[in-house]
Amino acid sequence: MEILVCIRRVPDTSENEIELNAQGNDIERDELVYSVNEPDNYAVEEALQIRDRVGGSVTVVTVGNEEDDEILRRELAMGANQAVLLSDEGFDGSDGRGIATILKNFVQQGHYDLILTGVQADDGAAQVGGMLAAMLDYPFASLVNSITVEDGMLKVSREIEGGNREINEIELPCVLSIQTGINEPRYVGMRGIRQVASVPIPRIGAPDLGVEKSGVGQTAAKIRRVDYFVPVQGKGAEILHGSREENADRVLELVAANGGLK
Amino acid sequence: MTGRIFACIAHRGGVVDDSALELLAAAKEIDATASLTAIAVGVGSNLDAACSSLQVSYQEVWKIANEALAYPNAELVRQALVRVLPANCTVLMPQDHFGIDLAPGLSIKLNAAFVPDAVAIDGVEGNSLKLVRQEFSGQVSAHVACDLSSGAVINIRPGAFKPETVVPIAGVVVDKSAGVGALSAKRRYVETMVAEASDVDITKHSVLVSIGRGIQEKDNVSLADELAEVLGAAVSCSRPVADAKWLDKSRQVGSSGKTVKPKLYLACGISGAFQHLAGIKGSPLLIAINKNPKAPIFQVADVGIVDDLLEFLPLLTEKARELRGVAAR
Amino acid sequence: MVGTLSASQSADWIVSGRNLFLAIHALGITAFFYIVARRLMPLLHAQSDPRFDQPAKRIGKVLQFWLGQWKHPRYKFAGVMHILIFAGFILLALRAFSLLIVGVSPDFVMPGFSSKTGHIYDFVTDYAATVVFLCMVVAAARRIVFKPARYAVPARFGKSHTADAVFLLGLIALLMVADSAYAASHTVQLMRRGLPSEPLGFLSLAWVLQVAFGKMSLPTLSGLVASAYLTHEIAFYFLLCYRPFGIQFHVETSLFSVYFAKLTRGTVKPARWDVPDDRLDQVKSLGVKTFEDFTWKHMLDFYSCADCGRCADNCPSNAVGRPLAPRFLTIKARDYAFQRYPVFGKSHSGIALVGNVYSEDEIWSCTTCGACEEECPLLVEYIDKIVDLRRGLIDDGNVPQSLQKPLKALESRGNPYGKMEKKRAGWTKSPELQNSAKVKVLDGRDDADTLYFVDSITSYDDRMQSIGRATARILSEVGTNFGILGAGEKDSGHEVRRFGEEMLFAALRDHNTEAIKESGVERIVTADPHAYNALKHDYKDLPPVEHISQVIAREVKSGNLQLSPVADENKVYAYHDPCYLGRHNQVYDDPRTVLDAIPGLKRVEMTRSRDRSFCCGGGGLMLFYEPKEEERMGVVRVRMAAESGANVIVTACPFCMANIEDAIKVAGLEGKMSVIDLAELVDQQMIRAACPEELEVAICGGQ
Repeated sequence: MEILVCIRRVPDTSENEIELNAQGNDIERDELVYSVNEPDNYAVEEALQIRDRVGGSVTVVTVGNEEDDEILRRELAMGANQAVLLSDEGFDGSDGRGIATILKNFVQQGHYDLILTGVQADDGAAQVGGMLAAMLDYPFASLVNSITVEDGMLKVSREIEGGNREINEIELPCVLSIQTGINEPRYVGMRGIRQVASVPIPRIGAPDLGVEKSGVGQTAAKIRRVDYFVPVQGKGAEILHGSREENADRVLELVAANGGLK
Repeated sequence: MTGRIFACIAHRGGVVDDSALELLAAAKEIDATASLTAIAVGVGSNLDAACSSLQVSYQEVWKIANEALAYPNAELVRQALVRVLPANCTVLMPQDHFGIDLAPGLSIKLNAAFVPDAVAIDGVEGNSLKLVRQEFSGQVSAHVACDLSSGAVINIRPGAFKPETVVPIAGVVVDKSAGVGALSAKRRYVETMVAEASDVDITKHSVLVSIGRGIQEKDNVSLADELAEVLGAAVSCSRPVADAKWLDKSRQVGSSGKTVKPKLYLACGISGAFQHLAGIKGSPLLIAINKNPKAPIFQVADVGIVDDLLEFLPLLTEKARELRGVAAR
Repeated sequence: MVGTLSASQSADWIVSGRNLFLAIHALGITAFFYIVARRLMPLLHAQSDPRFDQPAKRIGKVLQFWLGQWKHPRYKFAGVMHILIFAGFILLALRAFSLLIVGVSPDFVMPGFSSKTGHIYDFVTDYAATVVFLCMVVAAARRIVFKPARYAVPARFGKSHTADAVFLLGLIALLMVADSAYAASHTVQLMRRGLPSEPLGFLSLAWVLQVAFGKMSLPTLSGLVASAYLTHEIAFYFLLCYRPFGIQFHVETSLFSVYFAKLTRGTVKPARWDVPDDRLDQVKSLGVKTFEDFTWKHMLDFYSCADCGRCADNCPSNAVGRPLAPRFLTIKARDYAFQRYPVFGKSHSGIALVGNVYSEDEIWSCTTCGACEEECPLLVEYIDKIVDLRRGLIDDGNVPQSLQKPLKALESRGNPYGKMEKKRAGWTKSPELQNSAKVKVLDGRDDADTLYFVDSITSYDDRMQSIGRATARILSEVGTNFGILGAGEKDSGHEVRRFGEEMLFAALRDHNTEAIKESGVERIVTADPHAYNALKHDYKDLPPVEHISQVIAREVKSGNLQLSPVADENKVYAYHDPCYLGRHNQVYDDPRTVLDAIPGLKRVEMTRSRDRSFCCGGGGLMLFYEPKEEERMGVVRVRMAAESGANVIVTACPFCMANIEDAIKVAGLEGKMSVIDLAELVDQQMIRAACPEELEVAICGGQ
């Protein structure tokens, strides 16, 4: 099975403190540590496991620039067969639809049975997978937490509320967005990354993809982020400022008044 | 100009989801004057019952009945919607597992803009809708401008828009089923596997001691167990704790876990990601304990304590035991 | 007998049996060499391991540990028994050889052992054989009746080894009896014929048998002599050829396992001895994944295990019910080698060890405390093998999820918590420190002659920062011109290396080495034994490294540092030896000197202390690992402290502090037991010579 996984490089939220920069128009990026978006990493691991079960190959792709080389290489070290970087000045400032358009053009140049993305990235949008599928007219399923390969199709379960799982059958080729926890991603060590240090990663721009500049990039974007801000706390919580003992007493007062300690 | 505003309503067993009124509130904030229509898809008496309850709050309710839509398969629902929706309209739905499944593809087929997970509406300026989203797990907010010229699909964060008290109106149910025709998709719903019931049903407890990543390791879960025992509460958790298998998945509160309606909710070491908060209904007294004073939970909690839960919980437990007259074990 | 009276004087049986004896010799010797050659086969295909250096030192080890049986008395009863058996074997060797040769060459007398020497030798060895025989009886009784716990085989590791052990004990006993019976019957025969004979050792086994045989007729005696001889020869060769099939192989291999033993302490072998670090990327596979990936010395270790169980008996992982027991790490590998490289039959190579012989949890459970290596009388190595196995797992990406996050954080941020580099020196800015010591950051604008290497846990953990502050105040007080690397410091990488991530360790080591060199310091002090061990052994070309306890001890002895008396008379202190300060680096006395220098301090020793100290649970990455265990090592240790009568545990390692503090709570001993770091205690008790404001050192802002 030919599998394509669309990945993205994001600031590592658990290792960074996200703060506004001095100007107030973006987050402070100077000391951020970046890595592969966690759901995307689960998607790559899932792709590798499927490939190891039924054969085929796994390609990872991202829309970005040379900074994204490190995440493509990390997934190669993890076991992907090849990596591709879709990069062009004209792609900058694309919104979700723009990214999906670029990916669509790439997909149509190749032949992929299965396309995976992580369910969402640091912006919580959860959109590219569904958009890509609609553009390609492939069936789509989001929040996938298990995949079984059957004849010419997949049986997937989706994570819905209450811990329940919605089981679907989906024909190939299709697009799936993968939820964290679907598997246990293998570890990628420094040695693995060094070993793929010289593997060539082709870089494809707009003309080779047949992407119309008017369809992507800043100008085509229908959604534009104006600025970042930290909302004024407003109502928020009543923060207790006493000593630990005093705070504990107050909490127990509230507990007793609201149904606890019975 | 927003054009017509449509709200996609989920329903089960004839009962309409809470999000219906939230969408209504959001729609009013977008454009209080625009014509607002609820859309419900399904089949049979359940659909009829849903439409009946909707027409009490929405001026117009479009009913789409189709055998294929007995279960709301997003692929089929999208087909149906595309066939009945007018051009350049605005479509609202909640950012939940169904909205995530449906909305992005729908926006492409409608050739409309798509805004995911909106938490606040600032207003419309000409062709531009100004909204607020959050990024980086809620650590930072962003003002976003959405181009409405060819319509928009907007997903609303559950719980972000408080439904106002509704004055019942006499809405109209319009049957749009005919306009849909035959539906087919390359994805077929098979069944729903219900999560295994465990011995503790957190949805039945009125006091919950809930733990998040801040508990740091599996061995510390006992701190919560001990506190819950003396308070007469149950222990629940956020997603990271269930993913790490420190607690069974049945204890997870959130959009992909259980929905709880306690009277009192102690959020310990929980950052406050909206997916977790989405599982807390009924406006309990929310007390948050977190080491990080900037944790988003403090924006939604009623009472906040900035402290190390690994120190605070044992103290609470000790004092609670004294109050109950139980000797420390 | 070795002595003057050769067997030829009653030689008829020898002449008639000569061909038989010769045939047995030929068969036995050939078989033995064939078996040993087959056993050596896998070693020829193993990884290289340079063990041929420093012969003088190695011979010294042989004298101390092989001949001197240095480690055996650690278990008194069994140890003394073994010393007796070993001494007996050594003494009896010549006698046995002589006896064997006599069957083929009846006039043979061992050169140098004619007349008086021979008499004395025979006399002594009569007793040696007796002692060995009695030891066999006692040993068998121990095995069958008393069943010491460390010999037990847990169900998951297979069947009990008792039957095999008793069988071997029986064979040796038989050998002794045959030897003594020969001596006895031959002597009686000589006496009966009126020929000169040597007196047998009074009350020795031979003597007893002589009395028993005294009245027998000559033909019977003849038969006895012959059958005793035959029994001896067959038993000897049977044992010789049987030993390489089990734990008794250690009789042959122990000399080599001790000679080739590791000469250094606290170190970890390089990933590949035959590949320099900078070429490791090009190696296809790193670490031990199949049996053949072990070095020849490690394979020799598997053969050399005597199944005594002392390692597992002292292993903290085993004690708390983790899947790891060092003894079985070895026994399973040995059984695997016997099975895949059989003496008779085809060899098979190449199946994965983890999953077939070992479980992953077994390999990750080890805290590298070194108790096993400290105990093993044959100097079998364990830590290097575990690290090599972990390297293999890492190479395959097979790492527990709980360890992946801290490893990734170490790679991107230089500390396992994922905290920002610029906050590494944050602890120096605390108000508690401002008034008592100012800590320089050696970032180019400022310098000092001493580096205080803080390492990650002390820098970032709220609780452990207090150890950092205490250490800084102590160093200030004794007038040390010191500074820290601050944001330029990365994790020492000690556990990164021991968890198998060799490349990441190398990156951390190279970064820190450069930073240290650039700072121009002449010595390094640390309060973290893991950092101490890393800087001392894993890093190269650094200025000398000391642990803070060594610094304090020196200052206390010279009188430069004065300590005030204890305030609370009811406190009883027990010092817990951290594994990487104590066992691995043998710093046992300095911390105790410091404690004893505090007037009025009541100190007790736990039963398990010094090189028998019990690991607190492990440090570094081990704090993130989620083991399957029945209880925590820290809890076991805290109970040991309580049993010794202490109510305060003193430790000198931030990881011990973390584990023990936690364990006190889990054990429900809060209020009854407390723990304090040595530096914190000294900081509390030290009498300050100068007012804080007069301290010279200036702050140079961090990065």
